[in-house]
Amino acid sequence: MQEMMIILFSAILVNNFVLVKFLGICPFLGVSKKMDSAVGMSLAVIFVMVLAKAVTYPIQTGLLVPLQIGYLQTIVFILIIAALVQLVEITLKRYVPALHQSLGVYLPLITTNCAVLGVTILNIDEKYTFFQSLLNSFGAGVGFLLALVLFSGIRQRIENNDFPAAFKGVPAVLIAASIVSLSFMGFSGVIDGLFGH
Amino acid sequence: MNKLSLLTNGIIKENPVLILLLGTCPTLAVTTSAVNGLGMGVSTMAVLISSNIVIALLKNIIPDKVRIPSFIVVIAGFVTIVGLLLQAYAPEINEALGLFIPLIVVNCIILGRAEMFASKNKVADAAFDGIGMGLGFTFALFLMGSIRELVGSGAWMGIKLTAELFDPISVFMLAPGAFFTYGCLVALINYLSQGKAIKKTEFGCANCASAASCQLAGKGGCE
Repeated sequence: MQEMMIILFSAILVNNFVLVKFLGICPFLGVSKKMDSAVGMSLAVIFVMVLAKAVTYPIQTGLLVPLQIGYLQTIVFILIIAALVQLVEITLKRYVPALHQSLGVYLPLITTNCAVLGVTILNIDEKYTFFQSLLNSFGAGVGFLLALVLFSGIRQRIENNDFPAAFKGVPAVLIAASIVSLSFMGFSGVIDGLFGH
Repeated sequence: MNKLSLLTNGIIKENPVLILLLGTCPTLAVTTSAVNGLGMGVSTMAVLISSNIVIALLKNIIPDKVRIPSFIVVIAGFVTIVGLLLQAYAPEINEALGLFIPLIVVNCIILGRAEMFASKNKVADAAFDGIGMGLGFTFALFLMGSIRELVGSGAWMGIKLTAELFDPISVFMLAPGAFFTYGCLVALINYLSQGKAIKKTEFGCANCASAASCQLAGKGGCE
């Protein structure tokens, strides 16, 4: 149980996918302008991350490893993610149109989101079991949500600030991201503190 | 467009990292040293040139409806080749870049150039576009890596320079330093060009690789 909590908390806070590992920077900077789109995008990412992990894990252990074709990992995984995203979109559109309205618009962007491909490969590099992998993927998604929501709040506040002309727009956003990332470094000892490792 | 302007277009006028603000993940993640930046830049350039050529060759064969998945397969194939080559001949670079080698697949510069340029132009032009964009990407990563290595560890390309003179600001080697350096570089370009160079002031749909398959592109997009 404790091990599970360690995986979950380190994925959310210590090894935050966006602010520490630099995965999914494009949506972090692109979709964080409004709070509701930040939440919508993040929920779609959490869903696809866990689903992609649940599908790629058996394929890795049951197909790629026994057949010794591990080098095809990148090609197979990206195709699975692309197909999965399409499938989810079609299913949502047909059966849950309300959810499709709010989340569906972010789905095409997720195929090329490096956080999703990143989490499927990372879990295999870490040699996690199936359940640990799912938990780590979920934690990574929640970390993404946390970073996006925090950052969209900050962006709304700095929107009308008086920056030097050269820093207006993108540079100001990047500097703000730098400060948020600095604050996340404060979490680096939190696992040791909580679980005494 | 002649060949020379195709080359310089990618390096200066439409530098993918510094002007178009694409490929931000590897730009921030692997530029802890000049050598790593260079390694990532060259690997990405190799994939970009090869995939541009192959996609330009196949542009009349690939059906329009499945073009994005087809492009991804071509790109993923070349990424696998580059990954295996690095493992064999440059294990140190491979170790340092780690996860970001397979993630070249989802680098939006490559899919973006396939969709916007290679699939609509002649093979030779696509190759030159790949070289130009690749050099621009490599240059930007090398620059970022050099700045971060010099400020963060007082060295450049592994050679100690200012480390003895004053204490290096080691936060530049960490995540916050990456965002900060990138922000300052973009601000510098804004300043030098008096705000004209960076056309998109926000991260919008204009250069998003998914724009073609995204139903909201052009209608306000993700905003």
